[in-house]
Amino acid sequence: MSTTHDSPINLAQIERNFREIAPPLTEAEAIMESHRCVYCYDAPCTRACPTHIDVPAFIKKIASGNLIGSARVIFEANPIGASCARVCPVDVLCEGACVEKTLMAKPIEIGRLQRYATDAVFTRGRDVLKAGAPNGKSVGIVGSGPAGLSCATYLARLGYAVRIYERKPLAGGMDTYGMAEYKMTQRVSQEEVAQVARLGVEIKTNTEIGRDIQLDELAGAHDAVFLGVGLGATSRLNIPGEQLEGVYDALDFIERIKTRDWASVPIGRTVAVIGAGNTAIDAVTQARRLGAKRVLMIYRRTDREMPAYEYEYELAKRDAVEFWWQTAPVEIVAGADGTRAAALRCVRTEAVETDAASGRRSFRTIAGSEFEIPVDMVIKALGQQKMVDWLSQIAKLKLDDAGRVTVNPETMQTANPKFFAGGDCVNGGREAVDAAQAGKLAAQGIHLHLSGERVEFAGARVPLHEETSEIKH
Amino acid sequence: MADLKVNFAGIESPNPFWLASAPPTNMGSMVERAFDAGWGGAVWKTLGEPIRNVCSRLASIDQGPQRMLGLNNIELITDRSLEVNLKEIRECKRKYPKHALIISLMVESKREAWHEIAKQVEDTGADGVELNFGCPHGMSERGMGAAMGQVPEYTCMVTEWVKEATSLPVIVKLTPNVTNITPPGRAAVRGGADAVSLINTINSVMGVDLDTLVPHPNVNGMAAHGGYCGPAVKPIALNMVSELARDAEVNVPISGIGGIGTWRDAAEFLLLGATTVQVCTAVMHYGYRIVEDMIDGLSNYLDDKGFHSVNDIIGLSVPRVTDWGNLDLNYKTVARIDHQKCIQCNLCHIACEDGAHQCIPFTEIDGKRFPVVDEHECVGCNLCYLVCPVPGCISMVRLDDGSRPLTWRELTTREPETMTAD
Ligand SMILES: Cc1cc2nc3c(=O)[nH]c(=O)nc-3n(C[C@H](O)[C@H](O)[C@H](O)COP(=O)(O)OP(=O)(O)OC[C@H]3O[C@@H](n4cnc5c(N)ncnc54)[C@H](O)[C@@H]3O)c2cc1C
Ligand SMILES: Cc1cc2nc3c(=O)[nH]c(=O)nc-3n(C[C@H](O)[C@H](O)[C@H](O)COP(=O)(O)O)c2cc1C
Ligand code: SF4
Ligand code: SF4
Ligand code: SF4
Repeated sequence: MSTTHDSPINLAQIERNFREIAPPLTEAEAIMESHRCVYCYDAPCTRACPTHIDVPAFIKKIASGNLIGSARVIFEANPIGASCARVCPVDVLCEGACVEKTLMAKPIEIGRLQRYATDAVFTRGRDVLKAGAPNGKSVGIVGSGPAGLSCATYLARLGYAVRIYERKPLAGGMDTYGMAEYKMTQRVSQEEVAQVARLGVEIKTNTEIGRDIQLDELAGAHDAVFLGVGLGATSRLNIPGEQLEGVYDALDFIERIKTRDWASVPIGRTVAVIGAGNTAIDAVTQARRLGAKRVLMIYRRTDREMPAYEYEYELAKRDAVEFWWQTAPVEIVAGADGTRAAALRCVRTEAVETDAASGRRSFRTIAGSEFEIPVDMVIKALGQQKMVDWLSQIAKLKLDDAGRVTVNPETMQTANPKFFAGGDCVNGGREAVDAAQAGKLAAQGIHLHLSGERVEFAGARVPLHEETSEIKH
Repeated sequence: MADLKVNFAGIESPNPFWLASAPPTNMGSMVERAFDAGWGGAVWKTLGEPIRNVCSRLASIDQGPQRMLGLNNIELITDRSLEVNLKEIRECKRKYPKHALIISLMVESKREAWHEIAKQVEDTGADGVELNFGCPHGMSERGMGAAMGQVPEYTCMVTEWVKEATSLPVIVKLTPNVTNITPPGRAAVRGGADAVSLINTINSVMGVDLDTLVPHPNVNGMAAHGGYCGPAVKPIALNMVSELARDAEVNVPISGIGGIGTWRDAAEFLLLGATTVQVCTAVMHYGYRIVEDMIDGLSNYLDDKGFHSVNDIIGLSVPRVTDWGNLDLNYKTVARIDHQKCIQCNLCHIACEDGAHQCIPFTEIDGKRFPVVDEHECVGCNLCYLVCPVPGCISMVRLDDGSRPLTWRELTTREPETMTAD
């Protein structure tokens, strides 16, 4: 990627722009907020959390001043609970379900409380999880993202010798290389990686399976293998001009931002971001923070169809992003030098109702509506490709039509009994917290497969409470 | 607007809100500022022989962000000289002739000492004296304060001494550190008290610092029990006030003290028989300004309920307090949940399950899991109603099966063999 940093604002201003949007709670705020939680029984927040963290339990521990115990409750159910505290879409998960949202339209700030507790153990350097006595078996894990780290944590607690293979220089997957910088820095992700390493998990970075180590070698070295490889590069636009200078993959752009070496991050004056998912939002908001004068979000449908969460859309609106709905790019046009992107040629689209009942619409281009927008940077944010080629090398592994690995949803075992999988490569791309839960289930599945013993970790499923019953009136 | 003026044992007061004898009434300038803020009366910080205080002297219990639910102190009586206090009292009374100015007293158990100080106070023009027989720490080790109030004979005797020396109304301030408040109350009246005030503070240890292992408040590594007050003591004070209000022998006005911070608290004391109320902790917490809403809230309440004077509500709830044996055994209520309001926190379920009678199972209503009361099993204990965080969501409804009221007393008189245990 050619790097042209052409920001009108200075580095100090950029640094300020990348301040955390959800700063840590002060002690006074944590006391106030933790006491506001009513300590629900069979709590809806816990049900809504994909890792089913016992939310009222950890909040009451904050209230009682037992921060170590609080962090233990969190990490036992979610080994990347510190990241999740910052990056989870809480509006649609725990906080969306909180009874205080119903009662006062003001849910408990579960995410920030979770951060308060987990920060406390990291700053005090306390370990809340313990490795199990070695059981003589070993598991290899491909990928050190949320899924891999989570699976490794539980396996280490069960006494397995665990080795993670990671092709990148730093472990953590998208938690390290993908999260919007104003939500979370690499420091947090690295603290979680270190916590996993302290359980005795060996993390081999700069090691790509299929290149540095072959798949059969990997399979031969371990009793079982967990695949937490996530997704691949951003999908191509398949339009002319995609190879021009000034055209970037959103993931590469964000990965550069994660270095916080602002001067090395490419940024133009007018930036077009193509796509309207959460990654596209991360790209537009961060392009604005880097100093781009105009940032345009180009999407062939409308905000009704946009896949980004409401909360994320609001962020982009606050950052004065221009939304070009019903606009489809057809070509990236080079400038006079013939090498650099200078304009984006687009067409207008129109909606056609395909299903009156559900209101679902499809969009087709309008002939003759082409126009050009002068831009000096284009960021592709169309969603990530599946790692179909790589996965296809594993014997007997089954993929569905969308390229996702097929697994038993309880044990995460693939069609090849030695291989287990979870996270984005199985669910097609969801949230970090979903990957963490998948890693937990996979660890339980691997243990069942290798030892015959059934274990259940905290939050493995919705806590079972009494069934509803008929009562006499 | 309802009339808030009261006459307390001959002492006129523009309203029933008095400051209790404590730091907020430590000196003339403070009492004057309090009168300016709206307080109808003040009981001056207890006068006596000069003492020396320790440092520190206050500790509190908090609940999360809510500070000082209970306060404890090991402070003694005034640490200022008698002459200065008397001079300021005289000055203050001259400036505020219409306000009630009561002087709290505590001297050693000698007739002459009590005579002497009572005369000196009368000479200042103050409206009355309050005998501090309640301070439970420090002074009690020297045979004063609670040491006096815990022995009815002493209470009676010292009251008599003071009555011999002054024509001012004498209020006896009682200690709650007794098993039964009635004997000391009656003793004060026997000794000639014109009124009683209660409660003083309760013996207490506030907690332990988990790092130093020294209880609060720490005085150079050691601690002593202190006197407990603030919102947490209100129910204890209300009980003691109502006990004396119900007692035919204690036929003198009562000044209610303990945990009062709002007009609501004050109204409750008045309804249970107090003519004035005294406040300490709430003022130490928020300042004299709180009296504004006490006055405003109480007069709005009186207007709302159609009372013309605060005197109309004094003691109105006293006939509603009885002994357990006189309660109706046939009165039955059950809890009922309004599912339109329910937020599904399930606190009622777990409270009834683990703390009551296991009668709030879950039932599916419109695809949602709601707690529902099984009215056949519900004993009407109130617990779920108390824990529910949503106002008006759980109500206790009466199930009237037409049976006539029946008390335990009646039952045991009628069928003495069926019920022998209390
Ligand atoms: C830009 C962006 C922003 C996001 N923001 C959020 C957010 O705010 N909140 C949220 O909850 N989720 C967010 N997500 C989603 C979240 O990051 C993923 O759901 C989650 O990281 C999936 O975890 P994973 O472990 O399955 O995969 P990943 O995190 O992708 O980890 C896979 C790891 O495997 C490694 N790997 C792959 N192949 C090999 C190989 N052959 N050999 C060795 N290593 C290999 C990769 O290098 C990578 O480190 C975001 C995603 C993106 C792309
Ligand atoms: C720091 C402190 C000092 C007190 N000093 C006295 C005193 O000198 N004489 C007295 O009669 N009561 C004293 N009290 C007791 C108060 O007058 C009052 O009876 C008690 O605090 C209960 O009222 P409250 O709940 O409004 O605080 C003191 C209370 C406190 C907190
Ligand atoms: S739903 Fe809200 S109030 Fe209830 S336990 Fe969870 S965070 Fe607390
Ligand atoms: S009133 Fe008591 S017994 Fe009845 S449902 Fe409520 S908690 Fe249970
Ligand atoms: S305590 Fe109140 S709000 Fe909570 S579940 Fe019970 S009835 Fe509903």
